[in-house]
This record gives sequence, C-alpha cells and structure tokens, in this order.
Amino acid sequence: MWEYTDELKDHFFNPRNVGEVENPDGVGEVGSLACGDALKLTFKLDENGKIKDAQFKTFGCASAIATSSVLTEMIKGKTLEEAEKVTNKDIADYLGGLPEQKMHCSVMGREALEAAIENYRSGGKKKHELEGRVVCNCFGVTENEIERVIRENNLTTVEEVTNYCKAGGGCGGCQGEIEKTIEKIQGEKVKDTTAPKLRRGPKLTNIRKIQLIQQTINEQIRPALRAHGGNVELIDVDGNKVIVAFRGMCAQCMLAEYTMKDVVQARLREFVSEELFVEEDKDSAQEPHDHRE
Amino acid sequence: MKTVYFDNNATTKVAEEVLEEIKPLFCDLYGNPSSMHTFGGQLGRKIRRAREQAANLLVCDPAEIIFTSGGTESDNAAIQGALAASPNKRKVITTRVEHPAVLTACRQLENHGYTVVELAVDKVGWLDLAELEEELDDDTAIVTIMYANNETGVVFPIDKIAGIVTNRGIPFHTDAVQAVGKIPLNLSNSSIDMLSLSGHKIHAPKGVGVLYIKKGTRFSPFMVGGHQEAGKRAGTENVPGIVGLGKACELAAENIEQENSKVKSLRDKLENAILKECPDSRLNGDKDNRLPNTANISFEYIEGEAILLMLDKFGICASSGSACTSGSLEPSHVLRAMGVPFTAAHGSIRFSLSRYNTEEEVDYTIEKMPPIINKLRQLSPFVAK
Repeated sequence: MWEYTDELKDHFFNPRNVGEVENPDGVGEVGSLACGDALKLTFKLDENGKIKDAQFKTFGCASAIATSSVLTEMIKGKTLEEAEKVTNKDIADYLGGLPEQKMHCSVMGREALEAAIENYRSGGKKKHELEGRVVCNCFGVTENEIERVIRENNLTTVEEVTNYCKAGGGCGGCQGEIEKTIEKIQGEKVKDTTAPKLRRGPKLTNIRKIQLIQQTINEQIRPALRAHGGNVELIDVDGNKVIVAFRGMCAQCMLAEYTMKDVVQARLREFVSEELFVEEDKDSAQEPHDHRE
Repeated sequence: MKTVYFDNNATTKVAEEVLEEIKPLFCDLYGNPSSMHTFGGQLGRKIRRAREQAANLLVCDPAEIIFTSGGTESDNAAIQGALAASPNKRKVITTRVEHPAVLTACRQLENHGYTVVELAVDKVGWLDLAELEEELDDDTAIVTIMYANNETGVVFPIDKIAGIVTNRGIPFHTDAVQAVGKIPLNLSNSSIDMLSLSGHKIHAPKGVGVLYIKKGTRFSPFMVGGHQEAGKRAGTENVPGIVGLGKACELAAENIEQENSKVKSLRDKLENAILKECPDSRLNGDKDNRLPNTANISFEYIEGEAILLMLDKFGICASSGSACTSGSLEPSHVLRAMGVPFTAAHGSIRFSLSRYNTEEEVDYTIEKMPPIINKLRQLSPFVAK
C-alpha cells in the first residue's frame, strides 16, 4: 500500500477541474494507454493573457489523477510565463510529497503543461513532439527529458531516474546510458553515492578473469536482459577480448549493438577489468534463426 | 466502517476454531517437541495429529507430509530438492504464469547453468500439453506447474500433466497453494510427486505450510540442521503454526463442498452483475476451468490502483494486476502472458472470496462498483463523453 498524503487523497477523491475546456487556447496530451498513464490538459486565457480556465482528463493511478488536479489549480490565474516556471517538484510539494516510485506522475503533469503552452504558441497547430533522441524505447523517453529530470530533481541513481520518468523501467537496456548521463551531469557527486566501484586487486590470472567474467554475466548482466526476454552467453575469452552471443529476443533486437557496449562491456569493465572489450560472435548468434538453404 | 474482504487469494482470516486450538501453545504449552521431558515431548502428539489432518485433506500417507514455513519455502525446497537429487540433469520446465515463488526460483537457476523452459499460455490462460510433451527429455530434472493460478483462478489439468511427466520418469511438482481447500484433491490416485500448500490461504496463520513428498521421490533436503521432519526439513517445529494448519486442513475438508456451492454462487453473482452493469469490462481467464472463489475482471480505459482506492473508501478489499499497484512499471506477468491488451491489463481487478463472505457483502459491492467505474471513466481521456 502506498503512503499517500491527505492532500493527495483529497485531490484524488474530489478532483478539481475535470473535463475539457470549450474552444481551448492550448491543448497538451502526453502518455499513452500502454504506458499506464496519460493526461490531456486544456486551458483558456483571458484578455490579459492569464489562464482563466484549465481542465484535465487523466488515465492512471491515484497520484496521476491527483497531480493533474493540482496542476490545474496551480496554473489558474497565472500568465503563461509564470505557469512555465512550474516544475514537477512544485507539483509534488503542493501535495505534501509523493512516494518516490510515483514521481513520474508529477513529471507527466509538467510535460502536459509544456505541451499545452507549445500548442498555444504555435497557434494550435503543434502537437507535443518528443524532442531529442529516444533513449528508453519501452516508454518513449528522450535524452532531453532524462537530463532534465536529473537536473531539476538532483538525481544520482538510475533507480531514481526510473521513478521520475520511467526510463529504464522496462527492459532495462538503457540503464547503462542513463548511468552515463547521470555521471555527465552530476560529475563527482555520483562517485560517492553509487554502488561500490571496481575491485582493483593484483593482476588477474586467466582462470580468475574468466571466472569473474562468467560471474558478472550471470549476476549483473543476464537479469537485465532476461526481463525483456533476452539472454547472453559467454563464448570465449581471448586476452582482453570477450566474445559473447546474444540469445532469445536480443538476437533479433535492433538495439543489441548498443546493449553490447553500454550494458555488457560497461558491466564487465566495472566488475572485472577496465581493459576488457566485448565482441559479438555473429555466427553463433545467427545459428538458431538461420533459415538459409 | 465494515470491512468487506474479497482478497482471499492474498491471505485469509484465521478461523476461530483454529485460533482456539493454538491459543494454549504460546504461554502454557510452549515446549520443544524434541525434548525428552513430558512437557515438551507431549507436543509431538499434537504435531502427529496435524500431520494426519493434512494427510486426510490431501488423501495421502501422513509420512508424506513435511511442514515448512509456507508456500514459498515449499516451492523452493521442492525445486532445489529435486535438482540436488539429480545433479547431472540440467533442464527445468515451468510456465510463464507461475507465482514468483516458483518463477524467480527457476530463473535464478539459469545463472547456475540450467536451461529453463517457460511454457506459454493461450488467451484464456491454458497450456498446450503437446508443447510440454515435446520439451520433456532425459536432461529434464523437474517439471513444476501450478495447480491453479493465483491471479485468474484458471485451473490446469494437473493429474493429466503429472501423468504425462512422470510416465517419462521425470519428477513433477505442483504449487497448489490456491487450489487446496477449493478443489478436492486425492494424491493417492495421482502421479504428483511433490505439492506445496500454504497455511494462510486456508484460514491458518501465516508462516506455516506443507510440502507433500510422495514416497519414493528422490529428494535432498533444502534446509539442513536438526533431524526434524524425518530429516527432510530441519528447524524446531513451529508448533502453533503446525497445529493451526492441521485444524485448518480439517475445516477445509469439511467445507470443500461449501466452497463449490455457496462461495461459487456468490462469486458468480458478483461477477455477472459487474460484467453486466459496467460497460467495457471483460473477464480474464477461462470461465469454465476456474477456482470457485476467484473473479478477475478488466475495466478498459481506467487504471486498477485508482479503482482499488475508491473501493477501499467503502471498506472493500480487492487487488489488481496493474503496474501501479506493484511499484513496477509493467502490468501483471500473468495477464501479459495471456496476451491481455495493455488497455485491459492496467485496469484489472481480482475479487477472491471465502466461505466467510456473505450475500450482503456481494450486494453491497455490486451497488458500489458501477459508480466507481463511471467516475473514473469520466476522468479518462480515452473515453468519449
């Protein structure tokens, strides 16, 4: 059971401003049925350019509905310039806080607001578009969005990023990239807070190195791939070259090459040796699916 | 406010008769059954009786009953025990819709060099037995398939499956945590080698369960230490739990007829009324091969957690397969394995009844449900006015 504040429960059980404004000046739609939450925000301005009316329709859990309700209350009476300054943190604070795993609801509110303002400024033409490269394919989250939640909420772990914008919460294939983004933005700060780093010890014997590689694949890499129906197998180790083959869903996946570098290689470097590099054994990977005569 | 408890697949009320039996075992009869003195030793008799009560419910020999700490331990012990007994076999067969106690245990084996086959289900939650037969080979160490699904209530033809598997000389385990007490079992006529049951699903306290191990099954103990449970499960006996579980088994045997008449008719009334009164709702799982107490209904375009909280306000307890209730971002693995569309999986609600539920409670819920669904639909951007 989630611990929701009384304010949140109030806005869930008695949501304010439900519906769609007639002849709206701005419309913002974000999320989808598949993602498990979606929000449509509409607003109308008065003659002074202040938000006269704002209404919402939300598909989602109690916190998604409550954050939407609060958002409409917060922006009413504001100019667009003032409304634009509302952050996801402001929305969460207004409700007396949200459970960590529900922070993405507040981010969805802020996104819908931005989409609606953008829609207004483009004269009603522009629909919300994803800006930047998509990093998390499961939930359609872009690089820009990930960077933004990290900055605005001072996030330092992948788990937090998942809680705030869902990125990394599906197959887990983008977790390596999210980790790098965090490091890029937070720099030194993360070094103190993330999991124990590289065990630097005496030079590894070959046997020990192979054992460590196998162990890291078993414990660190495979569970992440498994979540998405994929798998990886260690084929050979030649000096610092680690040869692996993707299995299951990974074998046909477009992102396999990316996963190879940013998940498999990154984890092996973290847990075994920084000198390792990974190559895919293409022949072996194709074997089970080879229908050539 | 009165609580209407429709979440009996999660856990159940401890029966008053069970509580009466175990009350003296905390402050008065608190001895250790392994002790030489009468004070402790007399409890051995109580445990023996509990073992008989459990054996009566399952129709097996009391010597085939091992008490454990619950369903999860029984599942882990069965799988690990069978693997340890056949160290050269490297394949495990299970299904995609198992309870996490089995599924996680199996997936972890992959890290130790095992091949794990997860059999698929169709859209009503059924297995393809031909696929199972194809997968069976000499390398298979164990097949573990649940008796009845905890989320949908779908019941697999376990006696038939056990026959197919054991005919090939492969041990068969079933997680029957949801089936025991709801479906009559007769293990003396069955090829099931191992079966797990959990106390707290049949009105006994939490923290106690049974692993049935058919005589002659190759099994290596999972918990080692003392000589308790004929050397198959070490650890001082949870005397109150075991005695309570025994009594609960006795009550379950007495009430099994009621589960399939009274409880089933209450479930049917609730289910039919909700499906009729709430548009865009659908039943998940095979309507005809189900536990008599479970109804899993999806409501399109709205989200399960929101429904649960609205029900909670009226004191009605149920559960959901939505992503939001679990804290994960994806909906129930069972519904996804059945190919239930995301739109419906996010809005799924499970009602699970027990013999303690009344018609009044069902009527009350039937009355509350449509306005809740209606209110959330009004909020949903996917529903036209």
